[in-house]
Amino acid sequence: MAGPDDLSALMRLARRGDEEAYRQLLGQVSIWLRAVVRRGLASAGRGPAESEDIVQEALLAVHLKRETWDEARPIGPWLRAIARYKLADHLRRRGFHDHLDIEEWSNAPELAVEAETSDSIDSGRMLASLPERQRRIVQEISLEGHSASDVAARLGMTEGAVRVALHRALKALAAFYRQEQA
Amino acid sequence: MKTDQLVEALVADGVASARPIGRSLLLALAAGIALSLVVFFLTLGVRPDIRPALETWRFDLKIVTAVLGLVLAFGVCRDCARPDMPRHPLRRLLPLLVLIVSAVAVELALVPEAAWRQRLVGSNSMICLPMVPILSLAPLAAVLWMLRRAAPASPALAGAAAGLVAALSGATLYAFHCFDDSPLFVATWYSLATVAMVAVGALAGRRLLRW
Repeated sequence: MAGPDDLSALMRLARRGDEEAYRQLLGQVSIWLRAVVRRGLASAGRGPAESEDIVQEALLAVHLKRETWDEARPIGPWLRAIARYKLADHLRRRGFHDHLDIEEWSNAPELAVEAETSDSIDSGRMLASLPERQRRIVQEISLEGHSASDVAARLGMTEGAVRVALHRALKALAAFYRQEQA
Repeated sequence: MKTDQLVEALVADGVASARPIGRSLLLALAAGIALSLVVFFLTLGVRPDIRPALETWRFDLKIVTAVLGLVLAFGVCRDCARPDMPRHPLRRLLPLLVLIVSAVAVELALVPEAAWRQRLVGSNSMICLPMVPILSLAPLAAVLWMLRRAAPASPALAGAAAGLVAALSGATLYAFHCFDDSPLFVATWYSLATVAMVAVGALAGRRLLRW
């Protein structure tokens, strides 16, 4: 992946309803985020153990706050701003208050190489905070790869209700990270 | 949960474009102003001499200042709603500042020094001071509520910008009631009321707008 600036086109496609483009976009963003976050943690003197939590929190923000990206602007600065906010927020909750200049290294070409090797790390704590039904829906869709309509049939719900529950679950996950204290 | 799996959940949640945040904020502001308009007509109402007043430059300038401020402040608020906020979001307010300073300068040149004090104190400051904030409550609540869907780089600054937009909404309505049209009065009392709302907005923003 070259850099976050090439992703504007994918996001535009995604907004027109192209799921595959959105999957690709989020995949590439998470690789980039992982590298940026690890770099950030390192420069704050912390190991990579927490990196996946921050990556997932930032991904949730990219998804839930996508209305704040203006199509007329490049997407790179927007993604960097989200990464910076989430990284700083995470560190602040753990008592780290120094300034971190992510602009410095978030464009470095070697980031991509470094990140390829660490593809599917488990953040582990993600789902534990959800109520039973929401957790089950998220699991069936994300871990087992079922579609919303399959899940609806299995749980005896309407597809619309499954979608609403999924959306609530994602918002709850974002809130869980935000309120969590170290 | 692995990150690839989270991605699947996000894709399943769908990306179908929501309304851009700027337009959502504008709708929220309009709803807030509509509510304040009702409050305005129930409590104050337009001054009875509105027709002759419209023909005086001081009244017109007061309205133009308030409306210009409202438009510029909305731009600031929309900028502050984004994570990649511009470096100097307050720069947009420069024309407002220039207009206020020039209006005050012209008034000071036109009015003899002995009358400055009376112009500044006016007759309505004790109504202006509470009524501008009261008329800005609904816009503030509406804009803050919509900003919770945004991702402001600085929650406090975004809250302050919401307070500014709200205060200028209240000021615009109130300006149609008030008999004091002198730029000296407007620059003093409207600004004081605005500063109070900006502070309220900043405090609320810190608490409500973290994401």
